[in-house]
Amino acid sequence: MTTANVVRPVGPIVIDIENITKDYVMGEEIVRALRGVSLQIHTNEYIAVMGPSGSGKSTLMNMLGCLDTPTSGRYEFNGKNVAEMDDDELAAIRNREIGFVFQTFNLLPRSTSLRNVELPLIYAGMDAEAREERATQALVDVGLGDRIHHKPNELSGGQRQRVAIARALVNQPSILLADEPTGNLDSKTGEEIMALLEDLYHRGNTIILVTHERDIAAHARRTVHLRDGLIESDEVGFVPDVESMAVS
Amino acid sequence: MKRFLYELSESWKIAVAQMRSNLTRSTLTALGVIIGIVAVTLMGTAISGIQVGFDKSMSIFGEDVLYVGQWPWRQVNDWWNYRDRKKIKTEYADALNRMIAQTPNSNLIIAIPTSSVSRSVKYEGSEVNNVFIRGTVSDYIITSTFDFKEGRFFNELESRGGSQVCVIGYDVADALFPSSSPIDKMVQMNGQPFKVIGVISRQGSFLGLFSLDSIVVMPLPAFQKYFTSKSEAEILVKVKDKTKLTEAKDELGGLMRRVRGLPPEKKDDFSINEQQALKSTLDPIKNSIAMAGLFITGLSLFVGAIGIMNITFVSVKERTKEIGTRKALGARRRTILLQFLIESTALCLLGGLIGLTVAFLMCLLIGVAFPSFPVHFSMGLVITSMIVSVLTGLVSGFAPAWSASRLDPVTALRYE
Repeated sequence: MTTANVVRPVGPIVIDIENITKDYVMGEEIVRALRGVSLQIHTNEYIAVMGPSGSGKSTLMNMLGCLDTPTSGRYEFNGKNVAEMDDDELAAIRNREIGFVFQTFNLLPRSTSLRNVELPLIYAGMDAEAREERATQALVDVGLGDRIHHKPNELSGGQRQRVAIARALVNQPSILLADEPTGNLDSKTGEEIMALLEDLYHRGNTIILVTHERDIAAHARRTVHLRDGLIESDEVGFVPDVESMAVS
Repeated sequence: MKRFLYELSESWKIAVAQMRSNLTRSTLTALGVIIGIVAVTLMGTAISGIQVGFDKSMSIFGEDVLYVGQWPWRQVNDWWNYRDRKKIKTEYADALNRMIAQTPNSNLIIAIPTSSVSRSVKYEGSEVNNVFIRGTVSDYIITSTFDFKEGRFFNELESRGGSQVCVIGYDVADALFPSSSPIDKMVQMNGQPFKVIGVISRQGSFLGLFSLDSIVVMPLPAFQKYFTSKSEAEILVKVKDKTKLTEAKDELGGLMRRVRGLPPEKKDDFSINEQQALKSTLDPIKNSIAMAGLFITGLSLFVGAIGIMNITFVSVKERTKEIGTRKALGARRRTILLQFLIESTALCLLGGLIGLTVAFLMCLLIGVAFPSFPVHFSMGLVITSMIVSVLTGLVSGFAPAWSASRLDPVTALRYE
């Protein structure tokens, strides 16, 4: 099933972070979630970010997804300095450049697949007609051409995640950021979703996969391991045994 | 601007979808606003009804008529100074008319003598008590603004000859002749028969203070023949130009002093009254009734508004994760703010519309059931209550919508 053998040539750098840190104030204590992480991601990469809970994995994902800004360090997205952007500028970056896929799908429960997929286009200010056309096409692309007017509760888990993927891709973002995309699915459906991501990778998308499952991460072409807020390893290809790896 | 309209229309669609999917909750929340708007609107109709009745009652006095009497039309703290004044006599009218005729460019047109008393009126078995019986001359009609429901006012011949004829007010006619026309019927006053020749159309009353609906008007000689005791005279003087009321008042004051033969050092021993003076003493009463009424009913709308605010807070809390998702997909702060603001406003607007419909129907019902109750439903009231609904929505939705727009996307997404 795994087709993680074809490595496509990578393009220019899309994400360039250098020595970023993130501190959280929890009561009187300062939690240092990231202690200086540097990472470069090119277009057309398929990269997995792994790490146990508390490793700073989620924090790094929030940074990469422009949901949060680092305490210090440099973050350039397509050459634009993200670290100093305000809320609305970040919203615009998330809208145009990043497609989110969540573990819990995060679909609007009472809206049809079409309305859900249209959302990013609404926030981009696209008019209704063009929007519907684009959203329909995005649903067809993930194999849900016959589920356009279904609401999430009328869809299976795998279908919901496909709607979420269609929504993530509808605005043709620079990267697809998937946070445990198979976490709420059974292994068979999970494999189907991974196959879809594989397919999307081959169609030229840049995919960042955040997971703690090794066999899910195995689909990626490059794996970054985090531990205690630092990058522990950054390997091309599948890394069989993390524990035996020396700290870089 | 175009962008804003786009967001507005999209937010509106989202809001409508949200209200539909939470139909029970939306209805219950809107109910608070419905009740508030019904209360405020009904109070509004009552207030404007009172205003209309008040103006109507006032118009009876005529804006261009001065009233010469013993007492001023306002509260006096030194009533003893007025009590011992010489009575006003109906004969003054003739003297005044002669002087007016002699004065070139007089501001006054004519003086009408009136004399009034309170008595009961009977017809066969029925009786109406405390009817305001007024004797006057046929020219009285030119100082008054009332219309006739049927019949006519008495003419000069009847007036001078002291015929036992009378014109009756609407309520008197209604009480004595519930099912037939009073015209040409003989009513009894002070044991004397008077023939009804006219019925004044309905005037309405202001808080029952003065209603010309319970009045009987008859020729002065007939009045003087049977109703002299305890009667009180008043001279009505019609003014040429109501914009020169002050000049007219001064002129009339001078003439009255001549009639009374007052030396220059003495103060006036009569009062010249006008509608405006009465209005200005009654306006504060009317306004305070209106304010109190609106305040109390406004409270119910306020409770409704708190309901909206509460439900919007709940809605924001409940949909924290949705807000996070929307932000992750690129919704800006303003978009989120607008979405929740429009939701609360749409809810209030819906409540307002339903409330207005209910209030309108209730007004119709009240109008049918109690014709004398003053209700007055106007376009201005509709617009005002719509504006009030929208403002209620905006005000009560603002705090929750603001808190939603400020949510940190990371925290919001992690919220369960």
